[in-house]
Amino acid sequence: MIKIKLISFLFLISLLINPLEAKEPSALITEIVNEASIILSSSDPVESKIIKLNNIAERNVDIDGIGMYTLGKYRKSLNEDQKLKYKKLFKSYFLKSFSSRLVDYSDPKISIISKKKLNDKYTIVNTLLEATSKNPEIKIDWRIYTKNPDRPLIRDLIVEGLSLARTQKEEFKSILQNNDDDIKYLFKSLEEFIIK
Amino acid sequence: MKKFITVLLISIFSQVLAFAGSDGTLEIGKKTNEQNDTVKDCFEPVNRGIFAFNQGLDKIFFKPVAKGYRYLPKPIRSGTSNAVSNLSNVVTIPNNILQGQFKEAAVNTLRFSINSTLGIAGIFDVASYYGLNKLDKEDYGQTLGTWGVNEGCYFILPVLGPTTIRDTIGSIVNFSGGDAWYNVTVANNTKYFENSDYYYSRLTSGVDFRAKNLEAFESLEKNSLDLYASVRSLYLQDRKRKILNLNETTETMNDDDWEEIDTQ
Repeated sequence: MIKIKLISFLFLISLLINPLEAKEPSALITEIVNEASIILSSSDPVESKIIKLNNIAERNVDIDGIGMYTLGKYRKSLNEDQKLKYKKLFKSYFLKSFSSRLVDYSDPKISIISKKKLNDKYTIVNTLLEATSKNPEIKIDWRIYTKNPDRPLIRDLIVEGLSLARTQKEEFKSILQNNDDDIKYLFKSLEEFIIK
Repeated sequence: MKKFITVLLISIFSQVLAFAGSDGTLEIGKKTNEQNDTVKDCFEPVNRGIFAFNQGLDKIFFKPVAKGYRYLPKPIRSGTSNAVSNLSNVVTIPNNILQGQFKEAAVNTLRFSINSTLGIAGIFDVASYYGLNKLDKEDYGQTLGTWGVNEGCYFILPVLGPTTIRDTIGSIVNFSGGDAWYNVTVANNTKYFENSDYYYSRLTSGVDFRAKNLEAFESLEKNSLDLYASVRSLYLQDRKRKILNLNETTETMNDDDWEEIDTQ
């Protein structure tokens, strides 16, 4: 009897210490949208909003994965130092671009429409950004990386069928192709964007 | 004006033939799903020059006009948007039929009839009240795509913006009898319409589109490292999605490159 009690006790403790329940991809989106909405509708100064939005992105977006994806075939030709430098630059670039795109919205209203599990690694969550007096209704699909179900991460946003990650990838490819495939030019472009 | 348009079309057409002949990419009956993601930007330096010219034109004309248009009361803007959208049905309906979308052709025909009459020249979307919801637009470029014609070279037209050989051929079909609105305004002399009606409607359509996308364009300009490449990518992705007539994102995405990236 004591043994059973002890096992039950340990089991309960283990549940508290290590909650094993996987996070639903649609729950992740709801959580992010709600969190972003509170930040954007607050009266905080813009700089403070940007810091908070960047925190959300760092926790929930696979920035390194997107960075490698956007590099396309060029990621195979980079040495370790270049990879490290690229990751660092891409993260700064991504966060600056991400927050500047979002900070213009005062209180975005996004509702989840449906979700589709592609395989163990990916789920697409379909959402709708409500129309405002200025903008029409916009369909936004989120590509969620679910290899680790406890920590799903966003890998792409598909706005009205247009993939932001793919657009980014083709942009980087164009910069490299027009500069003799030299990664230094991409680094330079990223640095210029970050400091401007 | 008519002469100018004719000359412009002939020059575009001759360019198209030259492009088609030079790279041999205009093939009929091959793959319809266009899995090949390679962009065929055949004359990139020239295209970038025209793109810069269009950007300048946008800055001094389209953007300020679109901003002014935004100040109009919402009912006027939505009425204008409905009217130009209603007119586009005269191109969408034949393309629905050419693509075998007979149900969509019937819905669009009903929508066009109801909105042109009860909706007062399309200003009011009365058809939606009867459960005939608005469907996607179709054009001859999309029809050629569904028939298996590859997109060919990507290029930029002065004022008109991004296009491909396939889409330009589609536009030429419009001017060769495929667009009933063009036929009754410009191509034939009718006592009901003037040439200017066609050009005003096209201009209004452009301004309406620009006004709806002011923030999106501004954000793109602000956040792009290479705006030309971003616009090219977005244009080609959009055309591909429209040709495949897919609403589901999953079917338009190529996952191959993601598969190699493992961060967890």
